[in-house]
Amino acid sequence: MGKIVLKVGDDVSTDIIYPGRFMATVLPTETPQYTFADETEFNKKLNAGEIPQGSFIVAGENFGCGSSREQAASCLKGWELVIVAKHFARIFLQNAINLGLQMVICPDIEAEEGDELQIEGEVLKNLTSGKEFKIVPLPPARQAIIDAGGLVAYTRARLLAGK
Amino acid sequence: MGMTYVQKILARACGKESVEVGDVVEPKVHLAMSHENGAMAMNQFVEIYKGTDLEAKVWDPDRIAIIFDHRIPAESAKTATNQKKLRDFVVNQKISKFHDIRGDEGGICHQILPEYGYVRPGYVVVGTDSHTTSHGALGAFAFGIGATEMAAVWTLGHVLNVEVPATIKVDVNGKLAEYVGPKDLILYLIGKITAEGANFRVLEYHGDTFKNMSTSGRLVVCNMSVEAGATSGIVPADDETLRYLKQEAGVSDKLELFGPDDDAVYEQVIEIDASTLAPQIACPHMVDNIKTVDEVAGTKIDQIVIGSCTNGRLDDLEAAARILKGKKIARTTRMLVFPASWRIYREALKRGYLNDLSEAGAVVCNPGCGACLGVHQGALGDNEVALATTNRNFKGRMGNPKAEVYLCSPDVAAASAVTGTITDPRAGGR
Ligand code: SF4
Repeated sequence: MGKIVLKVGDDVSTDIIYPGRFMATVLPTETPQYTFADETEFNKKLNAGEIPQGSFIVAGENFGCGSSREQAASCLKGWELVIVAKHFARIFLQNAINLGLQMVICPDIEAEEGDELQIEGEVLKNLTSGKEFKIVPLPPARQAIIDAGGLVAYTRARLLAGK
Repeated sequence: MGMTYVQKILARACGKESVEVGDVVEPKVHLAMSHENGAMAMNQFVEIYKGTDLEAKVWDPDRIAIIFDHRIPAESAKTATNQKKLRDFVVNQKISKFHDIRGDEGGICHQILPEYGYVRPGYVVVGTDSHTTSHGALGAFAFGIGATEMAAVWTLGHVLNVEVPATIKVDVNGKLAEYVGPKDLILYLIGKITAEGANFRVLEYHGDTFKNMSTSGRLVVCNMSVEAGATSGIVPADDETLRYLKQEAGVSDKLELFGPDDDAVYEQVIEIDASTLAPQIACPHMVDNIKTVDEVAGTKIDQIVIGSCTNGRLDDLEAAARILKGKKIARTTRMLVFPASWRIYREALKRGYLNDLSEAGAVVCNPGCGACLGVHQGALGDNEVALATTNRNFKGRMGNPKAEVYLCSPDVAAASAVTGTITDPRAGGR
């Protein structure tokens, strides 16, 4: 269970999630400070520690479009946020799965900032409005990576198994 | 059942007779490209080997390319340190396709790969850059991946758990009008299908417009295919591909051509009559916010940028020089030019294009990504408006979320430089 701490629209690009000017920062321990750097209020709250882990960001269509920069998934993972979107752009989705960032594909989501959400199996419940929405499963091709807890662990296992 | 071009490439890369859309496959990689963000892949590569007792060694140092382009020469100590670490990695791992910050062989990754003949028809190419789609121009299945996925490729030599994508066939026929080019065609297509219209799909290009298009033009279209969300854009390799690879990239080995099956199954077919197109403009802040040039003509521009992996090639500089030769750039605007590689830079120098542009008032910068991603050179001031031949106009793209970016062809950019406002190259300005 968690609160929606940010609601954004369609086509939120990686330039918004993690502006290009911070791309020289590559360590997962250092990327979170620049999350939504140009959404200054939200960024301030994150850095002040005011946003608990497991909080939700709710987005429209095509979340994470644009660049392949993995910092965009890494920074959100750093805060352990959960991203709900109508759908995600391909490379972002893949990066997020690879890093173990929690994502929910929910095409019919209706929710406002401040609402409480809860994931129950294949259903996303908006506890504030009492409405329920169906969750679309993540790409089945990627399930093995999700189950391994991310691509580093998965690749390591494959490496040890002789590819 | 017939296979699309990408299905065929994937089947070969997996050693299979055929693959179907939705199959989960692990194709071997022919070329894996990174730029400065290879620093992130490098960290993850080390992570993968942690606790394994194995020596961390890349699967094939000759199939890895590392090209410095995003921040060259380094704009900060942090970048310089990342570049230094990558340089050490290149030496230790014996990576052969390395392009450092050099005036002889440097440039933007998506220009260097074709220019040096690193990409061949039928290849599977991955890059830690979304515009890796560019290399579909040479008949490769080329797509962007993240840093961790690259680390996995460096380790294993194949891409893990790829779902065979569905393909949209784009059939374009007719002759493009004067001052209308490949950039206008791809902007038009993106406007038509939207920024997510091809998400998880391949755009396969056909028709006589493509048959008659140079590799340089095909690179423009495939480069921006990702702006429609496409996993990959691809033009079936043909005589022009062979000509480019032999004449311009110096490739001497025997190349094999194959295309999609005649009875390939496409998810959708889009037909476009290229002869009817006008110059197109992508308006702030979305690349699918497309208007024709006359709809936005007169918009005041503070900075014009010609360059990037989309439109920084010789024909682009030629188009701009043709319009600007003997003219002056308006005092109310400024123009930055970033050739896509040093080879292009030198050729443009020889042919006098850079001289024409400089005499008109343009600032010719060193080849590289430059202003395109707003970290290095050519940032915009608050409330400023840019017109660029680059490929993205997301809010904040050129380093300032309070600025606006319009995207266009080199012809529109050059004609607009003369007036300081968005100008139709077919009308005045030339
Ligand atoms: S020129 Fe721009 S779009 Fe092309 S690789 Fe560089 S930053 Fe990316």
